[in-house]
Amino acid sequence: MGRTARLSRFMLSVPGAAFIVLVIVLIIPALFADLIAPHDPYKANIRSRLEPPFLFGGTTEFILGTDRLGRDVFSRIIHGAKFALGISMVGILLGAVVGTALGLIAGFLRGWWDATIMRAVDITFALPSILLALALASVSGPSFELVIFVVIFVIWGYFARQVRAETLALRELDFVARARVLGASEYRIMWKYILPNIVNTIVVLGTLQIGVVIILEATLSFLGIGIPRPTPAWGLLVADGRQLIVSSWWISFFPGLAILLTVMSVNVLGDALRDVLDPKSRSV
Amino acid sequence: MSLFVVTIVVFSLSHLTGDPVDAMLPDDATQQQIEDLTKHLGLDRPYHVQYVTFIGNALRGDFGQSTKWRGKSASTVVLERLPATLKLGGLAILISVVASIPLGVLAAVYRNSPLDRGASVIALLGQSLPAFWLAIVLMWIFAVTLGWFPTSGLGGLSYMILPAVAMAWFQVAALTRLTRSAMLEVLDSEYVKFAKVKGLTENVVIWKHAFRNAAIVPVTYFGVLAGSLLTGSVVIETVFAWPGTGLLALEAIRGRDFPVVQFVVLFFAVFYLFANLVIDVVYGLIDPRIRQD
Repeated sequence: MGRTARLSRFMLSVPGAAFIVLVIVLIIPALFADLIAPHDPYKANIRSRLEPPFLFGGTTEFILGTDRLGRDVFSRIIHGAKFALGISMVGILLGAVVGTALGLIAGFLRGWWDATIMRAVDITFALPSILLALALASVSGPSFELVIFVVIFVIWGYFARQVRAETLALRELDFVARARVLGASEYRIMWKYILPNIVNTIVVLGTLQIGVVIILEATLSFLGIGIPRPTPAWGLLVADGRQLIVSSWWISFFPGLAILLTVMSVNVLGDALRDVLDPKSRSV
Repeated sequence: MSLFVVTIVVFSLSHLTGDPVDAMLPDDATQQQIEDLTKHLGLDRPYHVQYVTFIGNALRGDFGQSTKWRGKSASTVVLERLPATLKLGGLAILISVVASIPLGVLAAVYRNSPLDRGASVIALLGQSLPAFWLAIVLMWIFAVTLGWFPTSGLGGLSYMILPAVAMAWFQVAALTRLTRSAMLEVLDSEYVKFAKVKGLTENVVIWKHAFRNAAIVPVTYFGVLAGSLLTGSVVIETVFAWPGTGLLALEAIRGRDFPVVQFVVLFFAVFYLFANLVIDVVYGLIDPRIRQD
Protein backbone atom coordinates (compact mmCIF):
# COMPACT_ATOMS: atom_id res chain seq x y z
CA MET A 1 0.00 0.00 0.00
CA GLY A 2 1.32 3.45 -0.85
CA ARG A 3 1.72 6.11 1.73
CA THR A 4 -1.29 8.16 0.61
CA ALA A 5 -3.48 5.08 0.53
CA ARG A 6 -2.41 4.14 4.04
CA LEU A 7 -2.99 7.70 5.21
CA SER A 8 -6.47 7.91 3.75
CA ARG A 9 -7.38 4.52 5.19
CA PHE A 10 -6.25 5.70 8.62
CA MET A 11 -8.29 8.90 8.32
CA LEU A 12 -11.42 6.88 7.56
CA SER A 13 -11.00 4.55 10.54
CA VAL A 14 -12.31 5.27 14.03
CA PRO A 15 -8.89 6.27 15.42
CA GLY A 16 -8.43 8.43 12.34
CA ALA A 17 -11.67 10.26 13.02
CA ALA A 18 -10.63 10.67 16.65
CA PHE A 19 -7.34 12.12 15.49
CA ILE A 20 -9.12 14.66 13.26
CA VAL A 21 -11.44 15.66 16.12
CA LEU A 22 -8.45 16.05 18.42
CA VAL A 23 -6.62 18.26 15.94
CA ILE A 24 -9.68 20.44 15.40
CA VAL A 25 -10.80 20.77 19.02
CA LEU A 26 -7.50 20.80 20.87
CA ILE A 27 -4.34 21.15 18.85
CA ILE A 28 -5.18 23.82 16.28
CA PRO A 29 -6.96 26.05 18.82
CA ALA A 30 -4.12 25.60 21.33
CA LEU A 31 -1.41 26.52 18.82
CA PHE A 32 -3.19 29.25 16.90
CA ALA A 33 -5.65 30.67 19.44
CA ASP A 34 -4.80 34.28 18.66
CA LEU A 35 -5.33 33.78 14.94
CA ILE A 36 -8.62 31.88 15.10
CA ALA A 37 -10.50 33.41 18.00
CA PRO A 38 -12.85 36.09 16.64
CA HIS A 39 -12.89 38.06 19.93
CA ASP A 40 -10.66 38.89 22.87
CA PRO A 41 -11.36 36.13 25.45
CA TYR A 42 -10.82 38.48 28.40
CA LYS A 43 -12.60 41.61 27.21
CA ALA A 44 -15.97 42.19 28.83
CA ASN A 45 -18.68 43.92 26.85
CA ILE A 46 -21.77 44.89 28.80
CA ARG A 47 -23.83 45.56 25.70
CA SER A 48 -23.52 41.98 24.51
CA ARG A 49 -24.22 40.17 27.79
CA LEU A 50 -25.79 36.68 27.68
CA GLU A 51 -26.28 36.60 23.92
CA PRO A 52 -27.65 33.18 22.85
CA PRO A 53 -25.69 31.09 20.31
CA PHE A 54 -26.23 31.32 16.58
CA LEU A 55 -29.21 29.09 15.58
CA PHE A 56 -30.67 29.60 19.06
CA GLY A 57 -31.73 33.18 18.47
CA GLY A 58 -28.26 34.70 18.38
CA THR A 59 -26.12 36.13 15.62
CA THR A 60 -23.06 34.86 13.77
CA GLU A 61 -20.99 37.40 15.65
CA PHE A 62 -21.06 35.18 18.74
CA ILE A 63 -21.70 31.73 17.31
CA LEU A 64 -21.65 30.02 20.72
CA GLY A 65 -23.18 32.95 22.60
CA THR A 66 -21.69 35.16 25.30
CA ASP A 67 -21.34 34.89 29.08
CA ARG A 68 -22.48 37.09 31.94
CA LEU A 69 -19.82 39.69 31.17
CA GLY A 70 -20.45 39.65 27.44
CA ARG A 71 -17.32 37.65 26.63
CA ASP A 72 -17.47 35.44 23.55
CA VAL A 73 -17.85 31.79 24.62
CA PHE A 74 -16.35 30.51 21.35
CA SER A 75 -13.19 32.59 21.75
CA ARG A 76 -12.82 31.58 25.38
CA ILE A 77 -13.08 27.89 24.51
CA ILE A 78 -10.42 28.32 21.82
CA HIS A 79 -8.06 29.99 24.25
CA GLY A 80 -8.90 27.37 26.88
CA ALA A 81 -7.38 24.68 24.65
CA LYS A 82 -3.92 26.11 25.39
CA PHE A 83 -4.31 25.35 29.08
CA ALA A 84 -5.80 21.89 28.57
CA LEU A 85 -2.93 20.93 26.24
CA GLY A 86 -0.16 22.66 28.17
CA ILE A 87 -1.10 21.39 31.63
CA SER A 88 -1.64 17.83 30.48
CA MET A 89 1.63 17.71 28.53
CA VAL A 90 3.78 19.19 31.31
CA GLY A 91 2.01 17.24 34.06
CA ILE A 92 2.25 13.90 32.29
CA LEU A 93 5.85 14.45 31.26
CA LEU A 94 6.90 15.23 34.82
CA GLY A 95 4.72 12.48 36.30
CA ALA A 96 6.14 9.97 33.82
CA VAL A 97 9.72 10.98 34.57
CA VAL A 98 9.24 10.73 38.33
CA GLY A 99 7.23 7.52 38.15
CA THR A 100 9.55 5.82 35.65
CA ALA A 101 12.69 6.69 37.58
CA LEU A 102 11.27 5.44 40.86
CA GLY A 103 9.71 2.37 39.25
CA LEU A 104 13.04 1.46 37.68
CA ILE A 105 14.86 1.85 40.97
CA ALA A 106 12.24 -0.17 42.84
CA GLY A 107 12.15 -2.98 40.33
CA PHE A 108 15.87 -3.16 39.68
CA LEU A 109 17.47 -2.54 43.05
CA ARG A 110 14.70 -4.30 45.03
CA GLY A 111 15.09 -4.47 48.81
CA TRP A 112 14.61 -1.34 50.86
CA TRP A 113 14.13 0.89 47.82
CA ASP A 114 11.38 -1.32 46.48
CA ALA A 115 9.53 -1.51 49.80
CA THR A 116 9.68 2.23 50.39
CA ILE A 117 8.73 3.30 46.88
CA MET A 118 5.84 0.86 46.57
CA ARG A 119 4.55 1.89 49.98
CA ALA A 120 4.65 5.49 48.79
CA VAL A 121 2.57 4.46 45.76
CA ASP A 122 -0.01 2.84 48.04
CA ILE A 123 -0.22 6.00 50.07
CA THR A 124 -0.68 8.31 47.12
CA PHE A 125 -3.45 6.02 45.90
CA ALA A 126 -5.10 6.12 49.33
CA LEU A 127 -5.13 9.92 49.62
CA PRO A 128 -8.09 11.46 47.84
CA SER A 129 -6.52 13.71 45.18
CA ILE A 130 -9.29 16.28 45.31
CA LEU A 131 -8.92 16.72 49.05
CA LEU A 132 -5.16 17.11 48.66
CA ALA A 133 -5.78 19.82 46.09
CA LEU A 134 -8.34 21.49 48.33
CA ALA A 135 -5.92 21.58 51.24
CA LEU A 136 -3.06 22.91 49.11
CA ALA A 137 -5.25 25.43 47.33
CA SER A 138 -6.30 27.02 50.57
CA VAL A 139 -2.64 27.79 51.38
CA SER A 140 -1.41 29.09 48.09
CA GLY A 141 -4.66 29.93 46.38
CA PRO A 142 -5.43 28.36 43.04
CA SER A 143 -2.39 28.32 40.74
CA PHE A 144 -0.84 26.57 37.75
CA GLU A 145 1.92 25.10 39.90
CA LEU A 146 -0.64 23.59 42.22
CA VAL A 147 -2.46 21.86 39.36
CA ILE A 148 0.81 20.48 37.99
CA PHE A 149 1.79 19.23 41.43
CA VAL A 150 -1.54 17.46 41.96
CA VAL A 151 -1.33 15.92 38.48
CA ILE A 152 2.15 14.54 39.20
CA PHE A 153 0.96 13.27 42.58
CA VAL A 154 -1.98 11.47 41.03
CA ILE A 155 -0.27 9.84 38.05
CA TRP A 156 3.32 9.00 39.07
CA GLY A 157 2.16 5.88 40.91
CA TYR A 158 0.67 4.31 37.77
CA PHE A 159 3.98 4.72 35.97
CA ALA A 160 5.98 3.49 38.95
CA ARG A 161 3.86 0.34 39.33
CA GLN A 162 3.90 -0.57 35.66
CA VAL A 163 7.58 0.17 35.16
CA ARG A 164 8.49 -1.78 38.30
CA ALA A 165 6.51 -4.82 37.14
CA GLU A 166 8.22 -4.83 33.74
CA THR A 167 11.64 -4.21 35.24
CA LEU A 168 11.18 -7.18 37.56
CA ALA A 169 10.61 -9.39 34.53
CA LEU A 170 13.39 -7.87 32.42
CA ARG A 171 16.14 -7.98 35.05
CA GLU A 172 16.00 -11.78 35.11
CA LEU A 173 16.68 -12.06 31.39
CA ASP A 174 19.97 -13.17 29.95
CA PHE A 175 20.95 -9.91 28.31
CA VAL A 176 21.00 -8.19 31.70
CA ALA A 177 23.19 -10.91 33.20
CA ARG A 178 25.47 -10.66 30.19
CA ALA A 179 25.77 -6.90 30.55
CA ARG A 180 26.67 -7.38 34.18
CA VAL A 181 29.35 -9.91 33.32
CA LEU A 182 30.78 -7.42 30.87
CA GLY A 183 31.14 -5.01 33.75
CA ALA A 184 28.25 -2.60 33.20
CA SER A 185 27.32 -0.61 36.29
CA GLU A 186 23.85 -0.91 37.81
CA TYR A 187 23.07 2.61 36.68
CA ARG A 188 24.16 1.82 33.13
CA ILE A 189 22.09 -1.36 33.02
CA MET A 190 18.96 0.48 34.11
CA TRP A 191 19.51 3.34 31.72
CA LYS A 192 20.83 1.52 28.63
CA TYR A 193 19.33 -1.95 28.88
CA ILE A 194 16.08 -1.86 30.83
CA LEU A 195 14.68 1.57 29.96
CA PRO A 196 14.68 1.15 26.14
CA ASN A 197 12.61 -1.99 26.61
CA ILE A 198 9.86 -0.25 28.53
CA VAL A 199 9.57 2.93 26.48
CA ASN A 200 6.55 1.58 24.62
CA THR A 201 4.73 0.91 27.86
CA ILE A 202 5.48 4.40 29.09
CA VAL A 203 4.23 6.00 25.89
CA VAL A 204 0.99 3.99 25.96
CA LEU A 205 0.41 4.73 29.62
CA GLY A 206 1.14 8.41 29.08
CA THR A 207 -1.33 8.63 26.20
CA LEU A 208 -4.02 6.86 28.19
CA GLN A 209 -3.43 9.33 31.04
CA ILE A 210 -4.00 12.46 28.94
CA GLY A 211 -7.77 12.14 29.26
CA VAL A 212 -7.55 11.51 32.99
CA VAL A 213 -5.35 14.56 33.46
CA ILE A 214 -7.52 16.89 31.36
CA ILE A 215 -10.56 15.86 33.40
CA LEU A 216 -8.64 16.24 36.66
CA GLU A 217 -7.45 19.72 35.72
CA ALA A 218 -10.93 20.74 34.63
CA THR A 219 -12.46 19.36 37.83
CA LEU A 220 -10.01 21.27 40.02
CA SER A 221 -10.63 24.46 38.07
CA PHE A 222 -14.37 23.90 38.26
CA LEU A 223 -14.18 23.64 42.06
CA GLY A 224 -12.20 26.89 42.16
CA ILE A 225 -8.99 25.18 43.32
CA GLY A 226 -7.22 24.75 39.99
CA ILE A 227 -6.33 27.37 37.45
CA PRO A 228 -7.08 30.87 38.74
CA ARG A 229 -9.66 33.19 37.17
CA PRO A 230 -10.10 34.93 34.76
CA THR A 231 -8.10 32.44 32.69
CA PRO A 232 -10.50 30.78 30.23
CA ALA A 233 -9.65 27.23 31.35
CA TRP A 234 -12.44 24.85 30.32
CA GLY A 235 -13.33 23.84 33.87
CA LEU A 236 -13.68 27.47 34.88
CA LEU A 237 -15.89 28.18 31.86
CA VAL A 238 -18.28 25.42 32.94
CA ALA A 239 -18.27 26.83 36.48
CA ASP A 240 -19.07 30.32 35.10
CA GLY A 241 -22.33 29.08 33.66
CA ARG A 242 -23.35 26.79 36.49
CA GLN A 243 -25.65 29.25 38.22
CA LEU A 244 -27.10 30.37 34.89
CA ILE A 245 -27.97 26.93 33.57
CA VAL A 246 -31.68 27.69 33.75
CA SER A 247 -31.54 30.74 31.51
CA SER A 248 -28.24 30.56 29.60
CA TRP A 249 -27.29 26.92 29.16
CA TRP A 250 -24.69 27.59 26.45
CA ILE A 251 -22.13 29.06 28.86
CA SER A 252 -21.59 25.70 30.58
CA PHE A 253 -22.61 23.40 27.78
CA PHE A 254 -20.08 24.17 25.04
CA PRO A 255 -16.89 24.19 27.15
CA GLY A 256 -17.94 20.83 28.62
CA LEU A 257 -18.53 19.53 25.11
CA ALA A 258 -14.98 20.57 24.22
CA ILE A 259 -13.67 18.57 27.18
CA LEU A 260 -15.80 15.58 26.22
CA LEU A 261 -14.67 15.57 22.57
CA THR A 262 -11.02 16.03 23.48
CA VAL A 263 -10.94 13.33 26.13
CA MET A 264 -12.95 10.91 24.02
CA SER A 265 -10.66 11.24 21.02
CA VAL A 266 -7.55 10.96 23.20
CA ASN A 267 -8.93 7.77 24.73
CA VAL A 268 -9.71 6.24 21.35
CA LEU A 269 -6.22 7.13 20.13
CA GLY A 270 -4.66 5.76 23.29
CA ASP A 271 -6.41 2.42 22.83
CA ALA A 272 -5.33 2.28 19.20
CA LEU A 273 -1.76 3.13 20.14
CA ARG A 274 -1.75 0.39 22.76
CA ASP A 275 -2.86 -2.14 20.18
CA VAL A 276 0.05 -1.17 17.96
CA LEU A 277 2.83 -0.75 20.52
CA ASP A 278 1.81 -3.26 23.14
CA PRO A 279 0.04 -6.16 21.43
CA LYS A 280 0.24 -8.35 24.55
CA SER A 281 -2.49 -6.37 26.29
CA ARG A 282 -4.79 -6.23 23.29
CA SER A 283 -7.29 -8.70 24.71
CA VAL A 284 -7.72 -6.79 27.96
CA MET B 1 2.16 1.69 58.32
CA SER B 2 0.24 3.28 55.47
CA LEU B 3 -2.05 4.72 58.07
CA PHE B 4 0.87 6.22 60.00
CA VAL B 5 2.17 8.06 56.95
CA VAL B 6 -1.35 9.20 56.13
CA THR B 7 -1.67 10.75 59.60
CA ILE B 8 1.60 12.65 59.11
CA VAL B 9 0.53 13.85 55.69
CA VAL B 10 -2.87 14.85 57.00
CA PHE B 11 -1.35 16.65 59.95
CA SER B 12 1.18 18.60 57.90
CA LEU B 13 -1.30 19.37 55.15
CA SER B 14 -3.72 20.99 57.48
CA HIS B 15 -0.93 23.06 59.01
CA LEU B 16 0.10 24.25 55.62
CA THR B 17 -3.36 25.58 55.00
CA GLY B 18 -2.83 28.87 56.78
CA ASP B 19 -3.49 30.12 60.27
CA PRO B 20 -6.94 29.26 61.61
CA VAL B 21 -6.63 32.08 64.12
CA ASP B 22 -6.90 34.57 61.27
CA ALA B 23 -10.05 32.93 60.10
CA MET B 24 -11.66 32.73 63.52
CA LEU B 25 -11.11 36.24 64.77
CA PRO B 26 -12.50 39.41 63.25
CA ASP B 27 -10.06 41.58 61.29
CA ASP B 28 -9.81 44.15 64.08
CA ALA B 29 -8.76 41.63 66.79
CA THR B 30 -6.00 42.83 69.12
CA GLN B 31 -2.60 41.18 69.35
CA GLN B 32 -3.55 39.94 72.85
CA GLN B 33 -6.67 38.20 71.54
CA ILE B 34 -4.64 36.51 68.79
CA GLU B 35 -2.06 35.24 71.27
CA ASP B 36 -4.70 33.99 73.69
CA LEU B 37 -6.52 32.03 71.03
CA THR B 38 -3.28 30.61 69.62
CA LYS B 39 -2.32 29.40 73.09
CA HIS B 40 -5.81 28.07 73.74
CA LEU B 41 -5.69 25.97 70.56
CA GLY B 42 -2.16 24.77 71.33
CA LEU B 43 -0.82 26.24 68.09
CA ASP B 44 2.14 27.91 69.86
CA ARG B 45 3.81 24.60 70.62
CA PRO B 46 6.39 22.97 68.30
CA TYR B 47 5.00 20.90 65.44
CA HIS B 48 6.18 17.50 66.67
CA VAL B 49 4.55 18.12 70.05
CA GLN B 50 1.34 19.09 68.27
CA TYR B 51 1.59 15.92 66.20
CA VAL B 52 2.02 13.64 69.21
CA THR B 53 -0.91 15.35 70.92
CA PHE B 54 -2.93 14.94 67.72
CA ILE B 55 -2.21 11.20 67.52
CA GLY B 56 -2.77 10.65 71.23
CA ASN B 57 -6.14 12.36 71.04
CA ALA B 58 -7.02 10.67 67.77
CA LEU B 59 -6.49 7.24 69.30
CA ARG B 60 -9.02 8.18 71.96
CA GLY B 61 -11.42 9.27 69.24
CA ASP B 62 -10.86 12.95 69.94
CA PHE B 63 -10.07 15.00 66.85
CA GLY B 64 -10.54 18.40 68.43
CA GLN B 65 -13.26 20.96 68.25
CA SER B 66 -14.47 22.36 64.98
CA THR B 67 -13.50 25.98 64.64
CA LYS B 68 -16.19 26.83 62.13
CA TRP B 69 -19.15 24.95 63.58
CA ARG B 70 -18.76 26.17 67.16
CA GLY B 71 -19.48 23.84 70.03
CA LYS B 72 -19.17 20.65 67.99
CA SER B 73 -16.28 18.24 67.80
CA ALA B 74 -14.69 17.73 64.41
CA SER B 75 -15.74 14.10 64.32
CA THR B 76 -19.36 14.99 65.12
CA VAL B 77 -19.48 17.53 62.32
CA VAL B 78 -18.19 14.98 59.82
CA LEU B 79 -20.15 11.99 61.07
CA GLU B 80 -23.39 13.99 61.05
CA ARG B 81 -22.92 14.56 57.35
CA LEU B 82 -21.87 11.00 56.65
CA PRO B 83 -25.33 9.39 56.24
CA ALA B 84 -26.16 11.76 53.39
CA THR B 85 -22.98 10.78 51.54
CA LEU B 86 -23.43 7.08 52.23
CA LYS B 87 -27.01 7.16 50.99
CA LEU B 88 -25.97 8.85 47.77
CA GLY B 89 -22.87 6.67 47.37
CA GLY B 90 -24.88 3.53 48.10
CA LEU B 91 -27.43 4.39 45.45
CA ALA B 92 -24.62 5.18 43.01
CA ILE B 93 -22.98 1.80 43.67
CA LEU B 94 -26.33 0.07 43.27
CA ILE B 95 -26.93 1.82 39.94
CA SER B 96 -23.47 0.98 38.67
CA VAL B 97 -23.73 -2.69 39.60
CA VAL B 98 -27.28 -3.16 38.33
CA ALA B 99 -26.47 -1.44 35.05
CA SER B 100 -23.00 -2.69 34.31
CA ILE B 101 -22.92 -6.37 35.30
CA PRO B 102 -25.73 -7.50 32.95
CA LEU B 103 -24.47 -5.15 30.26
CA GLY B 104 -20.92 -6.46 30.54
CA VAL B 105 -22.04 -10.09 30.57
CA LEU B 106 -24.37 -9.71 27.60
CA ALA B 107 -21.76 -7.73 25.67
CA ALA B 108 -19.36 -10.63 26.11
CA VAL B 109 -21.92 -13.30 25.22
CA TYR B 110 -23.09 -11.48 22.11
CA ARG B 111 -19.64 -10.36 21.10
CA ASN B 112 -19.48 -7.87 18.20
CA SER B 113 -23.27 -7.54 18.17
CA PRO B 114 -24.90 -4.08 18.19
CA LEU B 115 -25.34 -4.55 21.95
CA ASP B 116 -21.61 -5.07 22.39
CA ARG B 117 -20.86 -1.98 20.34
CA GLY B 118 -23.38 -0.01 22.36
CA ALA B 119 -21.67 -1.15 25.55
CA SER B 120 -18.28 -0.04 24.30
CA VAL B 121 -19.69 3.37 23.36
CA ILE B 122 -21.09 3.68 26.89
CA ALA B 123 -17.73 2.66 28.30
CA LEU B 124 -15.97 5.25 26.18
CA LEU B 125 -18.44 7.98 27.12
CA GLY B 126 -18.10 7.09 30.80
CA GLN B 127 -14.37 7.59 30.71
CA SER B 128 -14.59 10.80 28.76
CA LEU B 129 -17.40 12.72 30.46
CA PRO B 130 -16.30 15.09 33.18
CA ALA B 131 -18.57 14.32 36.17
CA PHE B 132 -19.18 17.96 37.05
CA TRP B 133 -20.36 18.76 33.54
CA LEU B 134 -22.51 15.64 33.32
CA ALA B 135 -24.10 16.67 36.63
CA ILE B 136 -24.91 20.13 35.29
CA VAL B 137 -26.24 18.80 32.00
CA LEU B 138 -28.42 16.20 33.75
CA MET B 139 -29.75 18.94 35.99
CA TRP B 140 -30.42 21.15 33.00
CA ILE B 141 -32.24 18.48 31.00
CA PHE B 142 -34.14 16.49 33.62
CA ALA B 143 -34.68 19.02 36.38
CA VAL B 144 -34.89 22.39 34.63
CA THR B 145 -36.26 21.58 31.17
CA LEU B 146 -38.35 18.47 31.78
CA GLY B 147 -39.06 19.12 35.45
CA TRP B 148 -38.97 15.43 36.34
CA PHE B 149 -36.70 15.85 39.35
CA PRO B 150 -35.94 18.64 41.82
CA THR B 151 -32.80 20.62 40.90
CA SER B 152 -30.89 20.34 44.17
CA GLY B 153 -30.92 19.96 47.93
CA LEU B 154 -31.45 17.23 50.47
CA GLY B 155 -34.52 15.04 50.15
CA GLY B 156 -35.98 11.67 49.27
CA LEU B 157 -35.32 9.40 46.33
CA SER B 158 -36.36 11.94 43.71
CA TYR B 159 -33.60 14.27 44.96
CA MET B 160 -31.05 11.49 44.84
CA ILE B 161 -31.57 10.06 41.36
CA LEU B 162 -29.73 12.70 39.33
CA PRO B 163 -26.69 13.04 41.63
CA ALA B 164 -26.42 9.26 41.95
CA VAL B 165 -26.57 8.76 38.18
CA ALA B 166 -23.92 11.46 37.66
CA MET B 167 -21.75 9.75 40.24
CA ALA B 168 -22.32 6.23 38.89
CA TRP B 169 -21.70 7.03 35.25
CA PHE B 170 -17.94 6.63 35.29
CA GLN B 171 -18.18 3.46 37.38
CA VAL B 172 -20.72 1.94 34.97
CA ALA B 173 -18.21 2.41 32.19
CA ALA B 174 -15.30 0.90 34.09
CA LEU B 175 -17.30 -2.02 35.49
CA THR B 176 -18.87 -2.86 32.14
CA ARG B 177 -15.46 -3.05 30.52
CA LEU B 178 -14.04 -5.19 33.29
CA THR B 179 -17.01 -7.57 33.38
CA ARG B 180 -16.95 -7.93 29.62
CA SER B 181 -13.28 -8.80 29.36
CA ALA B 182 -13.46 -11.19 32.34
CA MET B 183 -16.46 -12.94 30.79
CA LEU B 184 -14.78 -13.23 27.40
CA GLU B 185 -11.88 -15.00 28.98
CA VAL B 186 -14.07 -17.41 30.94
CA LEU B 187 -16.41 -18.14 28.01
CA ASP B 188 -13.39 -19.26 26.07
CA SER B 189 -12.37 -21.85 28.66
CA GLU B 190 -12.71 -25.61 28.36
CA TYR B 191 -15.16 -26.16 31.19
CA VAL B 192 -17.66 -23.69 29.74
CA LYS B 193 -17.47 -25.47 26.39
CA PHE B 194 -17.93 -28.74 28.25
CA ALA B 195 -20.98 -27.41 30.09
CA LYS B 196 -22.47 -26.47 26.73
CA VAL B 197 -21.68 -29.87 25.27
CA LYS B 198 -23.38 -31.48 28.27
CA GLY B 199 -26.55 -29.84 26.99
CA LEU B 200 -27.11 -27.29 29.74
CA THR B 201 -29.20 -24.32 28.71
CA GLU B 202 -27.48 -21.17 27.62
CA ASN B 203 -28.67 -19.26 30.69
CA VAL B 204 -27.35 -21.81 33.16
CA VAL B 205 -24.00 -21.91 31.43
CA ILE B 206 -23.68 -18.13 31.32
CA TRP B 207 -24.83 -17.23 34.80
CA LYS B 208 -24.05 -20.28 36.86
CA HIS B 209 -20.85 -21.53 35.30
CA ALA B 210 -19.22 -18.64 33.53
CA PHE B 211 -20.30 -15.56 35.49
CA ARG B 212 -19.46 -17.06 38.86
CA ASN B 213 -15.87 -17.36 37.80
CA ALA B 214 -15.73 -14.07 36.01
CA ALA B 215 -17.23 -12.21 38.99
CA ILE B 216 -13.91 -12.02 40.78
CA VAL B 217 -12.66 -9.31 38.45
CA PRO B 218 -15.47 -6.82 39.12
CA VAL B 219 -15.19 -7.57 42.84
CA THR B 220 -11.58 -6.45 42.94
CA TYR B 221 -12.70 -3.20 41.41
CA PHE B 222 -14.92 -2.39 44.38
CA GLY B 223 -11.98 -1.10 46.38
CA VAL B 224 -11.29 1.53 43.73
CA LEU B 225 -15.02 2.13 43.48
CA ALA B 226 -15.35 2.96 47.16
CA GLY B 227 -12.50 5.43 46.99
CA SER B 228 -13.65 7.19 43.87
CA LEU B 229 -17.17 7.56 45.20
CA LEU B 230 -15.84 9.52 48.15
CA THR B 231 -13.78 11.72 45.87
CA GLY B 232 -16.68 12.03 43.47
CA SER B 233 -18.89 13.15 46.32
CA VAL B 234 -16.95 16.42 46.55
CA VAL B 235 -17.87 17.34 42.97
CA ILE B 236 -21.39 15.96 42.81
CA GLU B 237 -22.46 17.24 46.22
CA THR B 238 -21.19 20.67 45.28
CA VAL B 239 -23.21 20.81 42.07
CA PHE B 240 -26.41 19.47 43.64
CA ALA B 241 -25.96 21.22 47.01
CA TRP B 242 -26.27 17.82 48.70
CA PRO B 243 -25.11 18.33 52.30
CA GLY B 244 -22.76 15.33 52.67
CA THR B 245 -19.11 14.99 53.63
CA GLY B 246 -17.86 16.02 50.19
CA LEU B 247 -19.55 19.40 50.37
CA LEU B 248 -18.45 19.64 54.00
CA ALA B 249 -14.81 19.14 53.00
CA LEU B 250 -15.01 22.11 50.63
CA GLU B 251 -16.74 24.25 53.26
CA ALA B 252 -14.24 23.29 55.97
CA ILE B 253 -11.22 24.11 53.84
CA ARG B 254 -12.68 27.43 52.79
CA GLY B 255 -13.38 28.19 56.46
CA ARG B 256 -9.89 26.92 57.44
CA ASP B 257 -11.37 24.54 59.93
CA PHE B 258 -8.21 22.44 60.65
CA PRO B 259 -9.73 19.75 62.84
CA VAL B 260 -12.57 19.08 60.43
CA VAL B 261 -10.22 19.02 57.42
CA GLN B 262 -7.91 16.61 59.23
CA PHE B 263 -10.75 14.34 60.14
CA VAL B 264 -12.32 14.32 56.68
CA VAL B 265 -9.06 13.48 54.89
CA LEU B 266 -8.13 10.89 57.48
CA PHE B 267 -11.60 9.42 57.37
CA PHE B 268 -11.57 9.17 53.56
CA ALA B 269 -8.13 7.55 53.59
CA VAL B 270 -9.08 5.07 56.32
CA PHE B 271 -12.33 4.28 54.54
CA TYR B 272 -10.39 3.55 51.36
CA LEU B 273 -7.81 1.33 53.09
CA PHE B 274 -10.57 -0.50 54.97
CA ALA B 275 -12.59 -1.05 51.79
CA ASN B 276 -9.56 -2.63 50.18
CA LEU B 277 -9.02 -4.86 53.18
CA VAL B 278 -12.62 -6.07 52.93
CA ILE B 279 -12.11 -6.72 49.23
CA ASP B 280 -9.09 -8.90 49.98
CA VAL B 281 -11.18 -10.97 52.38
CA VAL B 282 -14.10 -11.27 49.94
CA TYR B 283 -11.63 -12.19 47.24
CA GLY B 284 -10.48 -15.12 49.33
CA LEU B 285 -14.07 -16.21 49.94
CA ILE B 286 -14.90 -16.23 46.25
CA ASP B 287 -11.71 -17.86 45.10
CA PRO B 288 -10.29 -20.38 47.59
CA ARG B 289 -7.06 -20.68 45.62
CA ILE B 290 -6.07 -17.22 46.80
CA ARG B 291 -6.70 -18.09 50.44
CA GLN B 292 -4.20 -20.92 50.34
CA ASP B 293 -1.37 -18.81 48.98
